[in-house]
Amino acid sequence: MPKDGGIGASSKRREDIRFLTGEGNYTDDINLHGQAHVFFLRSDIAHGVLNSVDTSAADGMPGVVKIFTGADFTEVGSIPCGWQITDKHGEPMQEPRHPVLADGKVRHVGEPIAAVVAETLSQARDAAEAIVVDITDLPAVVDMKQAVQDGAPKVHDDLTSNLCYDWGFVEENKGAVDKAFEDAAHVTTLELVNNRLVANPMEPRVAVGDYARGTGDHTLYTTSQNPHVIRLLMGAFVLGIPEHKLRVVAPDVGGGFGTKIFHYQEEAFCTFAAKACNRPVKWTSSRSEAFMSDAHGRDHVTKIQMALDADNNFTALRTDTYANMGAYLSTFAPSVPTWLHGTLMAGNYKTPLIYVNVKAVFTNTVPVDAYRGAGRPEATYQLERLVDKCAHELGVDPIALRRQNFITEFPYATPVAVEYDTGDYVATMDKLEEIADFAGFDARRRDSEAKGKLRGFGVNCYIEACGIAPSNLVGQLGARAGLYESATVRVNATGGLVVMTGSHSHGQGHETAFPQVIAEMIGIPEEMIEIVHGDTANTPMGMGTYGSRSLAVGGSAMVRATEKIIAKAKKIASHLLEASEGDIELKDGAFSVAGTDKSVAWGDVTLAAYVPHNYPLEDIEPGLEETAFYDPSNFTYPSGAYACEVELDPETGHVTIDRFAAADDFGNIVNPMIVSGQVHGGIAQGIGQALMENCAYDSDGQLLSASYMDYAMPRASDLPFYTVDHSCQTPCTHNPLGVKGCGEAGAIGSPPAVVNAVLDAMRSGGKDVGHIDMPVTPARVWAAMNG
Amino acid sequence: MYDFDVVKPATVAEAITALGQDEAQPLSGGQTLIPTLKARLAMPSVLVSLSGIEEMRGVRMGDDGQLCVGGGTVHAVVAKEAQAHYPGLAGLAARIGDPAVRNRGTIGGSVANNDPSACYPAAVLGSGATVVTNAREIAADDFFEGMFATALDEGEIVTEVRFPIPEKAHYEKFIQPASRFPLVAVFVAKFADGVRVAVTGASEEGVFRWSEAENALSGTFNVEALSGLSLPGDSMISDLHGSGDFRAHLVAVMTKRAVGALV
Repeated sequence: MPKDGGIGASSKRREDIRFLTGEGNYTDDINLHGQAHVFFLRSDIAHGVLNSVDTSAADGMPGVVKIFTGADFTEVGSIPCGWQITDKHGEPMQEPRHPVLADGKVRHVGEPIAAVVAETLSQARDAAEAIVVDITDLPAVVDMKQAVQDGAPKVHDDLTSNLCYDWGFVEENKGAVDKAFEDAAHVTTLELVNNRLVANPMEPRVAVGDYARGTGDHTLYTTSQNPHVIRLLMGAFVLGIPEHKLRVVAPDVGGGFGTKIFHYQEEAFCTFAAKACNRPVKWTSSRSEAFMSDAHGRDHVTKIQMALDADNNFTALRTDTYANMGAYLSTFAPSVPTWLHGTLMAGNYKTPLIYVNVKAVFTNTVPVDAYRGAGRPEATYQLERLVDKCAHELGVDPIALRRQNFITEFPYATPVAVEYDTGDYVATMDKLEEIADFAGFDARRRDSEAKGKLRGFGVNCYIEACGIAPSNLVGQLGARAGLYESATVRVNATGGLVVMTGSHSHGQGHETAFPQVIAEMIGIPEEMIEIVHGDTANTPMGMGTYGSRSLAVGGSAMVRATEKIIAKAKKIASHLLEASEGDIELKDGAFSVAGTDKSVAWGDVTLAAYVPHNYPLEDIEPGLEETAFYDPSNFTYPSGAYACEVELDPETGHVTIDRFAAADDFGNIVNPMIVSGQVHGGIAQGIGQALMENCAYDSDGQLLSASYMDYAMPRASDLPFYTVDHSCQTPCTHNPLGVKGCGEAGAIGSPPAVVNAVLDAMRSGGKDVGHIDMPVTPARVWAAMNG
Repeated sequence: MYDFDVVKPATVAEAITALGQDEAQPLSGGQTLIPTLKARLAMPSVLVSLSGIEEMRGVRMGDDGQLCVGGGTVHAVVAKEAQAHYPGLAGLAARIGDPAVRNRGTIGGSVANNDPSACYPAAVLGSGATVVTNAREIAADDFFEGMFATALDEGEIVTEVRFPIPEKAHYEKFIQPASRFPLVAVFVAKFADGVRVAVTGASEEGVFRWSEAENALSGTFNVEALSGLSLPGDSMISDLHGSGDFRAHLVAVMTKRAVGALV
């Protein structure tokens, strides 16, 4: 029987009532008295010397409040980077200054050069058109391998080259890995591109800066996944505003997918300009601006090799990856191709020796940073494509080869620094075989062939790491932040609870799922619990939502705080019941004395806490409010196995996803419906990457896919009905809920299955091309089949 | 967008007068013009909305057996009302863009804009239709003059399109996945006296007739008649979504499929 509440129930998403009825309160819904609007004049040149920005003709135009250029920000800090990578020689990465407005040079199309604050957006835009910008064009560097050659134009003149870092992991393993390749019975090599993507959340970014002259208080309303992180980065590093004078509010946010983690210039600008103009300043990104100013995702070029012994056991793996940083270092960009990618290269396999090399490269393109999965999709894609290629070169079944090399004993310490606590890769593969109907494939292929189509089948496994932690370890790895999460549980006198959490919900359903956990712990209805998030003024310091961490880390903080609440409530109950504290039990919302029929209701205890007439004031304080900070001892390791079936039209190259099945192990599950929804959305984005999405630049650094006319987003008609299953559950051993995280799995686990299926279809048509790069567009399939 | 005035005349005559103003521009369904204005890529002084002109709206059978579609008729209406008379045309209209586009976009706006990837020009040229303006009648073969170029003069508007009705016709479309415009689409119409094949999406010159295929199909109307026929890729559009060679290949495939749907 499905539960009707608490952990394991598919409670309906309470936040959807306001979202679906137009009652959401998004940042663009915030309009402050006297607000002015800002329009950013952005570079249409990828690389050039910024000789002058002449605003004289624009200054006096109607409605203009003030025009800002890079010169106004010389005393302001650089947009900071939150992670420092140490290269394979022990040297820190090269870290360029990232100005709020371009200063001295422009380095990518879309970089803001000037900002016009005016009474209306239209007036701001009119004035921006009157600004005369003199730029001397420089040759753009777009291709990463060209960018690191001697003599290549430098994106940053003050750096020694365009190489941000050359990272080796684990550098000490390199000799042993190379030796294993010399001794291998078989080596499979694969070169591939992980295509650059634009996140495209439904809601574009918005920032509203406000300043109270009477108190000196700053407020920034912004579309952020982590308002405290923005407060810290912008306050401490850019504008020099102490945190007690800076409030950051991220109200309802319409999707983030990673691209709203980062601190952007526009946020700093609106905060700065609100004080400079002494009035609120608002910016709402157009979709066109989003394409050229939101941090992009992925963009790796990789050569990966697997060494196998004569029995087809994986003996060593090595990779050589170029990772595009774009023109500047976005907030967590350096960590994505390194600690979020290299540490995952073992995948689901017991490969004993692994060496990962990553060269991070500056180019004249939009900065690249975390996008749903962040490093883990890149790792999974290359590894799972490679394993498939191994199997075909060896003439063995791709699933059997995977099974043969699966890690089967846990905990498992990989050769790439992480220790998987739990998992059962055999079980998820068995489940996949069941739900994907492997047995029926041959008949379906014959049906397709009767229609003149080709049918292909592809599988892959994945492992991911969520809830990156612990803080002391990530500090050693170069993180300039902690990775705990916080929660304050405030119980009201009449028994209802408000949970103030540092986790931020922007589509994940926290407002529904989090109360399920507390309802289960106390035994009260979910409706008695409210989640508050997104405002630094009324939530404890939190690190926000990304990396599928919210339930595993934020939920655990909430559990810890609730445990404190329960412990104190038991003390109160023991006083009311005149019993020993050790005999008090909490069940179904009532405290009872073990072995007796004496009990007191949850609401009587909470009332006593705030109306402490009959209360042990000598022992405990009144009130019932507790805060906990939770810092995990390890990552969590969700895993799974995915299968994709495609039908390919050999005449046009068009690929249709006919079937898609996902068997995931997320550990314990709080709300299965929300988990399924997260998997569905992730798979949609994974299929988007595999078949359609492509952020492309020309050699001059012009963005070719700068709108929805050219950037293909997946739509419902492009996607099949999914078969998803999360009944395989190996609970996480080190967090109190035993949960692992599910937000990114779909995007991580789906691209290789799609490409493997396309290649299988092509092989069935007599064309074995070995590899095809994403997105697998009709043009690419046709060219490959006719090449 | 920049500031502009809007007028909404009730008759074609009033519209033509209004279009005589300096920097005036006609606005039909606005499916291209409004995004252009939003991007500040056009700066008209006055927009002359054609949507209030009753005489330019609707689908009717003419006395000469031609299907007459008012220039201001939206695609959704054509999809519905042309079905009984000219299902090939209705089928094309039913698959233009999405419901929002089909309920705002008009046939007059589409043919006057002559986007090289638009659907309607293929039907107009493939049917050998007549484009009727406030001033004259223009044969489809003379109307389309290359990418975004037509025979229309300044201030001249499309008031009606008259379609001869073929024995049968079919439009086969292969979409560009981002814009959902045709990457390549082919309209094949079989008349008693011959076959017309019009291709959109493919050529740098916009919509065109594939005369080689027309000749072959006018001889024998079946898929096999097309075997061995191909177009050179070098005059085709080459972009992020496909090379000229790919588009040329798709022209042949879409033509075969259109014919296949009719035999």
